[in-house]
Amino acid sequence: MTDTPNGKDNDTLVRIRDLHFSRGARKIFDGVDLDIPRGGITAIMGPSGTGKTTLLRLIGGQLDPDRGSVQVDGLEVQKLSRNGLYELRKRMGMLFQSGALLTDLTVFDNVAFPLREHTGLPESMIRDLVLMKLQAVGLRGARDLMPSELSGGMARRIALARAIALDPMMIMYDEPFTGQDPISMGALVQLIRLINDALGLTSIIVSHDVKETAAISDYIYVISNGKVVGHGTPAALDSTDSDWVRQFMHGLPDGPVPFHYPAPDYAEDLLNQAP
Amino acid sequence: MKSNKTTELMVGMFIAAGTAALFVLAMQVSNLSSFGSTNSYQVMARFENIGGLKVRSAVTAGGVRVGRVSAIDYDDKRFQAVVTLDLESRYSDFPDDTSASIYTAGLLGEQYIALEPGGSEEVLENGSQIELTQSALVLEKLVSKFLFDKASEGETQ
Amino acid sequence: MLELIRQLGRSGISQFEKLGRANLFMLKTLVGFHGMLRRPGLLVAQLWSVGVLSLLIIVVSGLFVGMVLGLQGYNTLVDFGAEESLGVAVALSIVRELGPVVTALLFAGRAGSALAAEIGLMKATEQLSGMEMMAVDPIHRVIAPRFLAGFISMPLLAAIFSAVGVYGGYFVGVGLLGVDDGAYWSQMQAKVDLYDDILNGVIKSLVFGWVVTWIAVFEGYDTIPTSEGVSRATTRTVVYSAFAVLGLDFVLTALMFGE
Repeated sequence: MTDTPNGKDNDTLVRIRDLHFSRGARKIFDGVDLDIPRGGITAIMGPSGTGKTTLLRLIGGQLDPDRGSVQVDGLEVQKLSRNGLYELRKRMGMLFQSGALLTDLTVFDNVAFPLREHTGLPESMIRDLVLMKLQAVGLRGARDLMPSELSGGMARRIALARAIALDPMMIMYDEPFTGQDPISMGALVQLIRLINDALGLTSIIVSHDVKETAAISDYIYVISNGKVVGHGTPAALDSTDSDWVRQFMHGLPDGPVPFHYPAPDYAEDLLNQAP
Repeated sequence: MKSNKTTELMVGMFIAAGTAALFVLAMQVSNLSSFGSTNSYQVMARFENIGGLKVRSAVTAGGVRVGRVSAIDYDDKRFQAVVTLDLESRYSDFPDDTSASIYTAGLLGEQYIALEPGGSEEVLENGSQIELTQSALVLEKLVSKFLFDKASEGETQ
Repeated sequence: MLELIRQLGRSGISQFEKLGRANLFMLKTLVGFHGMLRRPGLLVAQLWSVGVLSLLIIVVSGLFVGMVLGLQGYNTLVDFGAEESLGVAVALSIVRELGPVVTALLFAGRAGSALAAEIGLMKATEQLSGMEMMAVDPIHRVIAPRFLAGFISMPLLAAIFSAVGVYGGYFVGVGLLGVDDGAYWSQMQAKVDLYDDILNGVIKSLVFGWVVTWIAVFEGYDTIPTSEGVSRATTRTVVYSAFAVLGLDFVLTALMFGE
């Protein structure tokens, strides 16, 4: 992977140009350009609330941009018909922050769900496929549990098995490392890299866990205040000139994003005693 | 997708119970038994005043229900109410000089037509006309007649 | 003062928006019915949770309502020497009004609130969103079966309520208070009309079933995806359903039983 992502169409899976999106009065994206190359793991990072999840929804067609274009595999997402959008989604896998497993189905039925809905495969074949997917994430023995009986880490791994059930071309991970203990974190990190390489997928990770994400990503975009403030390989960003990116990547408490919320002068505030 | 055999069984029983309840309501509670596709023939009767008689009011003979009122019209040439009676086909031997009177069931009850058989050899058939009729008693007319009689009684004394 | 009017206008506009969303939602749900022909298991599962599980409260309530009607009816009619007409009083009250209306209110409280909570929770835990991303339309898969199940269950439950109620009145009137057995049924059968009374009662319960299930399912789908939002949606379901049922009952009664 070179420093700048290749702009050619067959090398870029997701192409975002001049993206503008507002929610109410708040401008979430103010002219964002992104290229997600095929075959690797690309991370989109930034402070909480910058709309990283919104970006995934825009790519998946759950939201429409106010202005600009979002292309996936050469297709303009917002221009797709309902059927076209559904066909595209069958080729995308998405891992939600909470796993989003269907609570009234067993683990087995959850992973089998996309297969039963979209393929006409017989139950015997579906059984084999489900067991293979569960084996890939190491939870084949958990197949008869209910989602309420799973720990958070296990639920995410089951959701990952479900996301790869239809052998998609890409997977989007929404904050996969949040709130994980070190062991399940390590397992998940390894799984994401393994699955990406073994299945030849393109992975997009949205996260603010710098250490874990940087460890497995091939390329990183840092977004803040609705704009891309930095992008590059993990090594390049680590030694960046930008103050902002450095504060974020190294987790410095004070810098371009200040520690103190705007307030009047400290001495005056204490002495005045006026509210 | 836990629709195992028990669930399906219970749902089937639920739907059966609901349908059965509807049937019970229809059979036991309503007047369904007196409905039905019993064959009937139609007979006309003319009245000066039908009072509170309604379509679907009962037609009785000897206290037994033998039919229903199926239509009520007004003849504005002869200024009479024309009532069409549906009589059940199994009662086909009413003489054609049968009389029809409008009575009230109970003191405040609804009104019905009572048939009083005559003695003729001919019988009523589909489309026959009942000639002898007695109109409904209208309460106000009774009261005013009573008052009028009382008043004239007082005068002649 | 001006602020108050502005707020009133704002809330009025948002209510209209909600009404519009609810109607579009209804259309999408109707379109989703054909998917259930391929998947009858979904409908069966919902009929179980919406219909069968409501049976207990409906039967018990029907029984007690019928028994109370028998008691109260007897007390009133006996003053006029008309206690033989108890069957008519009980049957007409239940079949025309109490059956459809009370069933609808109980249904809204038990099944309606459960539906709203379930769907709202699915929304809050991103299950509906997840389904969308798996290219499965949640309206077709989750909402349509639940709606159809409610619509089918309501008239059945109302019929069961009415039947049980009439027998409850029989138990109290004939069994306990000494009304003549034959008079109870024969007077009832003479006065209760299949079309005017029973069919109209069924039509009422169909209309109520449509409206109550619609409100429940929509409130769940439209809820703000937080735990507070879900609990408010559940409460709103019961309240709006009650308003709708009682209001529609007046309109339907006027149309059906007026002159």
